[in-house]
Amino acid sequence: MMLQQAINPASAVAETVLSIRNLESYYGPIMAIRGVSLEVRQGQIVTVLGANGAGKTTLLKTISGVMNPEKGEIWYSGRNIAGEEPDRVVKAGIVHVPEGREVFPLLTVEENLRMGSFVRTDKAGIKADEEMVYGYFPILQERRRQAAGTLSGGQQQMLAIARGLMARPKLMLLDEPSLGLSPLLVKEIFTIIRRLNREQGVTMMLVEQNAKVALEVADYGYVMELGRIVMADTSARLLASKDVQEFYLGVQGETQRGQKRWKQKKTWR
Amino acid sequence: MDVLQLFVSGLANGCVYGLIALGFVLIYKATEAVNFAQGDFMMLGAFITLGLTNDQFWGLPFWLSVPIAIAAMGLFGYLIEMIVLRRMFGQSQVAIVILTIAMGFVLRFAAGLIWGNEPIALESPIAGKDVRFGGLVLGLDEIVVIAVTVISTILLYFFFNLTKLGVAMQAASQNQLAAYYMGIPVKRVHSLIWAVAGMVAAVAGILFASKGSIDPSIGLLGIKAFAAAVIGGFGSLPGALLGGIIVGLIEPFASYYIAAGYSQIMPYLLLFLILVFRPHGILAQIHRKKV
Repeated sequence: MMLQQAINPASAVAETVLSIRNLESYYGPIMAIRGVSLEVRQGQIVTVLGANGAGKTTLLKTISGVMNPEKGEIWYSGRNIAGEEPDRVVKAGIVHVPEGREVFPLLTVEENLRMGSFVRTDKAGIKADEEMVYGYFPILQERRRQAAGTLSGGQQQMLAIARGLMARPKLMLLDEPSLGLSPLLVKEIFTIIRRLNREQGVTMMLVEQNAKVALEVADYGYVMELGRIVMADTSARLLASKDVQEFYLGVQGETQRGQKRWKQKKTWR
Repeated sequence: MDVLQLFVSGLANGCVYGLIALGFVLIYKATEAVNFAQGDFMMLGAFITLGLTNDQFWGLPFWLSVPIAIAAMGLFGYLIEMIVLRRMFGQSQVAIVILTIAMGFVLRFAAGLIWGNEPIALESPIAGKDVRFGGLVLGLDEIVVIAVTVISTILLYFFFNLTKLGVAMQAASQNQLAAYYMGIPVKRVHSLIWAVAGMVAAVAGILFASKGSIDPSIGLLGIKAFAAAVIGGFGSLPGALLGGIIVGLIEPFASYYIAAGYSQIMPYLLLFLILVFRPHGILAQIHRKKV
């Protein structure tokens, strides 16, 4: 942890929003999170990279309270929220934008947004945020009386993010916003994510398989493998790292690990 | 004239079936469990009203007993979900089905113990009075049943579409996981859905009891209402009412035009035909998720 703080450039100025210590979480009988520790600082976009089954989604679900951790602590605004009910976590200011959109298909766009602000009671603030959200996603305003299930994939992803914003989160957990979208749409969505971060001051924790796009918008990155954090550094340094390039960016490399893997595959055949 | 009278009495019966079916669908949509005790909820609602208002029991005024009985059934539904059903979370559908069937038996026998197994008539101010329109003689009870069903439907429509809690109930039934993510207290929403189903059952029970005497076995009417819900499209609220009305209308017309032995099977014949030719029901509500 000391090492990380030394290389995290924002650490000197920004305070920690979320601090996870030795988190362990089971997905059924499988230990999906094997002692993860990480920190998210105010105003940052922090990305968690990793292949399928690395435990990224389980990590987010454990933070948002949909899954309960076996061990460990999740510190957020002065208290340990590990194992709390999801509605309390949302009230505290953490909102989870799930993988695969997960909109309410038969509700209209407007009603979906209204559900995003379910835990809030400040009517004026909700109204203002609705305008703010429509400002970022004008297409949603056009379609606001349409059932969410009839939107295209990209529009549903926008709706999922917009719905999350309606909770007025301090910290937003974004799970694979690029999933199943065309490169053009991915670019558009990530531009908006960055704008939301800069203009609305929403701290973001971004889980992605598309490492290139994620590292381009993020300030800091963690790499997960089989439930453990195996690398942590600034995005710039991760982008430059040989291992990340080879395994997550698809750049051809000559490292030993790559060759070893190839050989194993061959002998198995 | 005969046809019109048959139509009205069938419609009134259908409204009761429709309201019970509504309870089935409400719970199914929200929690994916089928409450086979829904008919017995209806019976219990009727008997609570009867117990409060009839002279041989508490003798309270009818118009006071009705809201008390509805509220009591709401509380009953809420507690059943909270205490019993919530423990079944993660169990198979079969287990929940058996549990609710068993619950129905328990309620039936409990009602028999408290109020007796002989048919009793609810002392209702609307029972046994006639309304005349020209040459047409209609039962006041039948007209009230239809009117109350219409009002209940409108109230439920506004509740589910215009209140925050109602929309949240819809949301939780459409995508439970996303509802958790939005901070909707899904477990409490499920309890509240059971409460609403209990209250609707109480209304159905009071209406049914106003049309004739009741005994604890009227809960078995739930089976007919279940058929109605399937005919209408299990999972569609308007479909439940429509299915109920269709079943209600078929019965008197079938017994009027067809030989007695065959008329009884007509609702189930319709159910069979619907299952063969339109398995999702008349007002099917299907949506696929886009990936």
